[in-house]
Amino acid sequence: MTQPVNPADIHNTILAQQKAEDRKKLAINTVFIAILLVAPFVLYPVFLMKILCFALFAVAFNLLFGFTGLLSFGHAAFLATGGYTTGYLLSQHSGLTTELGILAGTLVATVLGLAFALLSIRRQGIYFAMVTLALSQLVFFFYVQSPFTGGEDGMHGIPRGELFGLISLEDNHNMYYFVLAVFIACYVLVQRVVSSPFGQVLRAIKQNEPRAVSLGYNVDRHKVLAFVISAALAGLAGSLKSVVFQLASLNDAHWHMSGEVILMTLVGGMGTLLGPVVGATFVVNVEYQLSQGPLRDWVDPILGGIFVLTVLAFRNGIVGEIQKFVRRNLG
Amino acid sequence: MTEAYVLETRNLVKEFKGFVAVNDVNLKIRQGDIHALIGPNGAGKTTVFNLLTKFLIPTRGQILYKGEDITALKSATIARRGVVRSFQISAVFPHMTALENIRVALQSFEGNSYRFWQSGRRLNRLNERAMELLDAVGLTEFANTTTVELAYGRKRALELATTLAMEPDVLLLDEPTQGMGTEDVERVVALVRKAAEGRTVLMVEHNLSVVSKLCDRITVLAQGAVLTEGDYATVSADPRVREVYMGTESSGERGAAPSVPEAAS
Ligand SMILES: Nc1ncnc2c1ncn2[C@@H]1O[C@H](COP(=O)(O)OP(=O)(O)OP(=O)(O)O)[C@@H](O)[C@H]1O
Ligand SMILES: [Mg+2]
Repeated sequence: MTQPVNPADIHNTILAQQKAEDRKKLAINTVFIAILLVAPFVLYPVFLMKILCFALFAVAFNLLFGFTGLLSFGHAAFLATGGYTTGYLLSQHSGLTTELGILAGTLVATVLGLAFALLSIRRQGIYFAMVTLALSQLVFFFYVQSPFTGGEDGMHGIPRGELFGLISLEDNHNMYYFVLAVFIACYVLVQRVVSSPFGQVLRAIKQNEPRAVSLGYNVDRHKVLAFVISAALAGLAGSLKSVVFQLASLNDAHWHMSGEVILMTLVGGMGTLLGPVVGATFVVNVEYQLSQGPLRDWVDPILGGIFVLTVLAFRNGIVGEIQKFVRRNLG
Repeated sequence: MTEAYVLETRNLVKEFKGFVAVNDVNLKIRQGDIHALIGPNGAGKTTVFNLLTKFLIPTRGQILYKGEDITALKSATIARRGVVRSFQISAVFPHMTALENIRVALQSFEGNSYRFWQSGRRLNRLNERAMELLDAVGLTEFANTTTVELAYGRKRALELATTLAMEPDVLLLDEPTQGMGTEDVERVVALVRKAAEGRTVLMVEHNLSVVSKLCDRITVLAQGAVLTEGDYATVSADPRVREVYMGTESSGERGAAPSVPEAAS
């Protein structure tokens, strides 16, 4: 450690480390994609799609929460908006191909995200969370009142239709691989965003916002962009979900859903890419298992308990704790 | 000619709910000077910094930079124009390496800060310059060290290097030696002196021996207002300066009690 220090050597070490990280990232991505490709032959595809939709929702949320340091308590609004828009369009216009319906849902959620961001971004901490919650409640009441959503009954019988007008999505395997393709594309996109020049600025903002301002960054605008990307992907998750289940319901717009995505992210590990995916898988499974057994009326309290336990004892979440363990014992 | 002053305030006032933290301050900072802003705790020094960099909005008054009124500009814009501040409490990005800390500053002028689709590896082209800046403050061997793990003095050195990466014309340093041992203080004095070559420095500093060594000019603030101004000999001989220093420091009071003239309703 006390050898004379040579800037070039240190720089080379850093570059080598970057290469190793890139290789590791690629290896992990490949393994997970391989698992997801064969999964529908082992597990029920609809259940897997449910996991993927929630995983995408959580990944989107975590871009804002884990990587920008903004706790939105209103992300249900984007999930629901994606779902209702896509559901409505596909139900009303039989000529519309599925991917266009999904695209439209995503776009509407993106615009809504921009509106939310412009109204909330200047608030700090808990006030930001409160503004996003209040706005999402407005959206919720709008959907409760609007006839097109079917109110308490929900919007049923959304046709899955055909992808590009060619491939029938009525078939669960076809549907699964479409959802998987979208999921992978989004996951890789978020991975890119987080490490991009923009992502570096988000890191800086999260770690020390006044310092980022003093270094000449328009922090609010960077936050708005992060918010909009996050809302777009959350909307896309909702659009996909409505096609998969052929249903869009008020559950998706309810503040419970905004809470659930926080839970998924925290349980899996905020600020890690894989965390929200693992967290969503975990929560969806726990909910499913409990709903099948004698504890079916206890789902919410048990999830609440898991939430408390995570916050108190496993601050880094499942993925975070594993990373810490690996670093301590193998690094 | 106002041009002789690189930074100037005119009748600058900041009120917090009726409490006047900065009271009618007229600062004139000459190009190339190391200018100290001193005064007892709660005098309003940090508030002046916050006003100059628009972290706070002035209640009244004007701020001029190179003769131009910048009172309406945003913090980020002021930083890009060349007035860059540091903070009283060490301001680093704790979970980035030292190299990455510097790169955040260098990236500010790259124009790619919204490019979410580009590879972050593009920022590697900033590494060379970042290594030079680290070298200048003696942190080369810590380039790849996460900042939380650095000792306090090194964090402050990193902060200074990050500020310098912005190539500021005017450097605002808020107590750069606060909480340091004598050895670190010496190092900071040397660094500030080097950094001041070709630039203007305005620094808040409690350590008067540092002020006497470094500063060309001193402004003394007390209870938000300018008490006196001059070179070290003039200021230190002023009995009023001694008085405010002794008076407030020993009683531990933070400035005057807010006088809120609110009518009972
Ligand atoms: N945001 C704020 N709201 C209300 N009062 C404030 C605010 N910021 C500063 N003050 C008050 O203004 C006065 C000046 O504070 P300031 O931090 O500028 O003092 P300072 O000269 O930097 O002191 P120190 O030497 O302790 O750093 C203090 O009485 C402080 O309590
Ligand atoms: Mg201060």
